[in-house]
Amino acid sequence: MAGRTLFDKVWDPHVIEELGDGVQLLHVDRHLMNELSGHRGQLEIAQRGLKMRNPELAMGTLDHVVSTAPGRRGGPAPWAERMIEIFRVESARAGFPVHDFGDDGQGIVHVVGPELGFTLPGVLLVCGDSHTCTHGALGALAWGIGTSELTHVLATQAIVQQKPKTMRVRFEGTLARGVSAKDMILALIGRLGTAGGAGYAVEYAGEAITALDLEGRMTVCNLSIELGAKIGMVAPDEKTYAYVKGRRYAPKGDLWKPALAHWRGLPGDADARFDAEHAVDCAALAPQITWGTSPEDVIGVHEMIPDAKPEALAYMGLEAGRPIAGTKVDRVFIGSCTNARLSDLRAAAEVVRGHRAAAHVNAWVVPGSQRVKREAEAEGLDDAFRAAGFEWREPGCSMCVAANGDRVEPRARCVSTSNRNFVGRQGPQARTHLASPATAAAAAIAGEIADARAL
Amino acid sequence: MDKFAVLTAVAAPFPRDNVDTDSIIRIERCTGTPKEALGRYAFEMVRYLPDGADNPDFVLNQPRYRGAQILVCGEFFGTGSSREMAVWALAGMGIRCLIAPSFGQIFYGNCFQNGVLPITLPPATAAALMRQASDPAAGPFSVDLERQTVNGDIGFEIGARRRKMLLEGLDEIALTLAMDAKIADYQAADRERRPWIHFFRNP
Repeated sequence: MAGRTLFDKVWDPHVIEELGDGVQLLHVDRHLMNELSGHRGQLEIAQRGLKMRNPELAMGTLDHVVSTAPGRRGGPAPWAERMIEIFRVESARAGFPVHDFGDDGQGIVHVVGPELGFTLPGVLLVCGDSHTCTHGALGALAWGIGTSELTHVLATQAIVQQKPKTMRVRFEGTLARGVSAKDMILALIGRLGTAGGAGYAVEYAGEAITALDLEGRMTVCNLSIELGAKIGMVAPDEKTYAYVKGRRYAPKGDLWKPALAHWRGLPGDADARFDAEHAVDCAALAPQITWGTSPEDVIGVHEMIPDAKPEALAYMGLEAGRPIAGTKVDRVFIGSCTNARLSDLRAAAEVVRGHRAAAHVNAWVVPGSQRVKREAEAEGLDDAFRAAGFEWREPGCSMCVAANGDRVEPRARCVSTSNRNFVGRQGPQARTHLASPATAAAAAIAGEIADARAL
Repeated sequence: MDKFAVLTAVAAPFPRDNVDTDSIIRIERCTGTPKEALGRYAFEMVRYLPDGADNPDFVLNQPRYRGAQILVCGEFFGTGSSREMAVWALAGMGIRCLIAPSFGQIFYGNCFQNGVLPITLPPATAAALMRQASDPAAGPFSVDLERQTVNGDIGFEIGARRRKMLLEGLDEIALTLAMDAKIADYQAADRERRPWIHFFRNP
């Protein structure tokens, strides 16, 4: 019998009941909630006259609709204030904590979950947000759910799911200097396409993944949904356990040892088989940047804009056959659940030190959480960004989701460390180029798309 | 939830690939617009002209496709954000069935929660239906969930459980609540097996 994958080892113990037809009822260990999708589910169960079944397995934070303006105290408008208040009141009534303004745990759900030790190896975690795949970086089984499923989880602490197929992607070799986790995953999406992972739970493996710190692994897993996969995972290792240890909600005292023993058994067996396998040579990777309106529209920052997808090129205001480097930019956004962790801000700060943002560029840094902000300030990153003419803001989803007053102006061009370059994503008619923190920082300094390594 | 049996309705061609849920329903409509009011905002970026009038180039604004209840879509329809409002908006404009070579995974699951049938067909078959939907001489489509067919002779696969849920208009939350004893048993055993899961806000 072939060995079992990491995915199998995490999935199988969560099965409560076989429902037939390959569909299973699974136990949800961790329910992570934000105000936008969370409050809607809370209103739905209230309307049904139901109660939240296991509030002790949930936590909340505020991210999607909060203002990120310096000095902010809430949402950007009355509707957002109302939503935040509903979420606070309903969460308190149900009996689980919301990490509010002023708490280290206020920030983007996918930054805060791991940071607080709410996310652990081997847990089944869901959240009403498609980038929940991020948490797979710790060896968790995590995916995004819609409102109906969220309501189901509130009422039952379980979820009905069809077991997906498995895919392994090996990132071989060593990254060149200035090439990051974001470039690895964008390159993969470029190769397999935005539906390449559809129907699969993806395990990222190989020496370049092992070499990444946990934050880099989160960046890789975060874009699994842009590869079409609801689930992305990395096998937990000593780095993972060291990352988890001592965090606010991580197992402590007598609970640490049995938890650790359980986690050490999770990595897949050497003879485990996958339904699909791919490999990426990391030594050959250059910094990546998108040129179109899908994350699969991606090239090396030194390459030419391809002659493809004329509608996307027209929307983006680009001409096929020209180098993408040198394209003038208006906005730079460093933030989002993809790239707003301390290591991301350090990478960007390293590029901006000793330089100033071009006068025509409006560049923002939005830390992923209060803790990231505090730690970044403790090492002077905020001063480095401010000295370079960047705006240093408060934690939240900001211009990635553009549901909070932060958006890119029509036809303005933004190099963004976020995850979606869809038509209108960052605001009506906004033009988004996805890239790494270093590449985004370089664009701000150069005033145009540029290779950070050449600055 | 409405039961789904046989649907005979106009099918509109929507050949774009990778239609993301952001473009089906804008984020601004996901922050408080009631479910029932979302229909008029479906595809709003391409459905209306800047002055708010109907864009005559948008397929569902064309007289022969008004009232269409079936959309024949390109590859990977519904990719991106988990927002269920995308399905609510489609349902709100009368769409009951989507046909595509593939769907965004979260969107696909959300469809079943709302009585919308997403049918996955091989690319060549979907392309043939796309041509048929575009043909002015072609009549309405017929989708039979009981027999799992489109237009009589094209079979499609759908899980038996999902089929039954749609046919009978079943509510998943009610079904799972009926299994609450099993969930309680699982948790009781799991508290012994993985105590750190259940007692994590430990002193």
